[in-house]
Amino acid sequence: MSNVFPKWTNRLPLIALVGGLVTGACVIAGATYYFTPKYSRVGYQPVQPVSFSHEIHAGQLGLDCRYCHNGVEKSWFSNIPAAETCMRCHNSVLKDDPRLQPIRDAFENDKPIKWVQVHKTPDYVYFNHSVHVNRGVSCVKCHGRVDQMDEVKHAKPLSMAFCLDCHRSPHEHVRPQSEVFNLGWEPGEDWVAERDGAALVNKMKLRTSESCSACHR
Amino acid sequence: MRYVLIGIAMGAFMVVALAGFRGDISRKPPLEVFADMDRQPKLRPMEPNAFFKNGLSSQPLVKGTVGRSEPLVTASGEKVYPFQTNHAVNKGYTIADEATNFVSIPLPVTMGFLERGRERFGISCVPCHGAQGDGNGIVGKFGFSGIRDLHGETALKLSDGALFKIISEGQKSSPTEAGMMGYASNIDIADRWAIVAYVRALQLSRLGNAKKDNVPTRFLIPEKAPEAKKEGTQ
Repeated sequence: MSNVFPKWTNRLPLIALVGGLVTGACVIAGATYYFTPKYSRVGYQPVQPVSFSHEIHAGQLGLDCRYCHNGVEKSWFSNIPAAETCMRCHNSVLKDDPRLQPIRDAFENDKPIKWVQVHKTPDYVYFNHSVHVNRGVSCVKCHGRVDQMDEVKHAKPLSMAFCLDCHRSPHEHVRPQSEVFNLGWEPGEDWVAERDGAALVNKMKLRTSESCSACHR
Repeated sequence: MRYVLIGIAMGAFMVVALAGFRGDISRKPPLEVFADMDRQPKLRPMEPNAFFKNGLSSQPLVKGTVGRSEPLVTASGEKVYPFQTNHAVNKGYTIADEATNFVSIPLPVTMGFLERGRERFGISCVPCHGAQGDGNGIVGKFGFSGIRDLHGETALKLSDGALFKIISEGQKSSPTEAGMMGYASNIDIADRWAIVAYVRALQLSRLGNAKKDNVPTRFLIPEKAPEAKKEGTQ
């Protein structure tokens, strides 16, 4: 009754343990890398019905974000501009360009253009644009350098951890109210977050808002 | 052992080849597993919605809708609501006189009001009229012509209410050109008045050497109160 199990089976527990650990590590590594908005959302760049370039309008022309998204300071959502807003200029600039035909159609027929929404928070998240842009949180914090994007792409993960980064330490992310819509603003060398950022937080009475109901109801 | 390592490496290679890296451009919307809470059957602004016949979640206002909001309080203390659409504060002129009876800035002109005007001017007016208001905005480089110089005689002689009317309803620079479209839908009434006030300040800044006779009376600084330079004396 000897030799029922060959000798190598003595190592079986070790092989199982090591194999399990290696497999587990691979799965965890893969999931950490892939199963997060940093992978699933960042880089989303849908094809839009009109090849509108933020790089030209906000970058080269230097239009303020609020020229088109004029409701962002008053409303919880940042509005897509009406076709009328486009036509203010494009009734004389590129007024016969075929690329702008959908805009002209929309303007004349009072039908909306079917833009594809890029940044879409889940419906259980109640993000309020006006609260943020009126308290020193710049557009660029969540949307990236839109003024350098020919086609808008999803630049930041907008995950819950991403929100909490800022909600836990707002002083590292706020900027002077006058620079909120200046996407290229960088804190100067004499800017110290613990002093200047904290002063802004104090001045605007920002609370860290880490409770669930700050964003979820 | 070597085969195991090769196997792991190949597996990782296949995953990366199939799934790519973080931040790769994707034309397809993000995958949402169990999206029943992410996408609830509720109205969100500016989204398609099958509930309404026209397929819009943001419905256009029903005809005859009365706008409700806080009233504007004029310098004389009168409360003006946005639904008083024919009120001079909301139109820039009293309607009785066939749109010629323009009013001067009805809201109290304070430093904050002027600052607000500067900010709003920077957002909506600077692209065409330029930061100095001389009509040399950046769009001039893109085939725009006929932009008014706000320091020109015509603009100087316009009353406050006439400026307000142009901002709200637009103006054709010539019959052949498209001209300026109205900004009533983009700029609030109070903000439009703030822009008027700021334009007045801009104009005043260039009138330093003008002869007194050529300057519209509203720009003449009263002797007694030099700090009240923004009072319209229309």
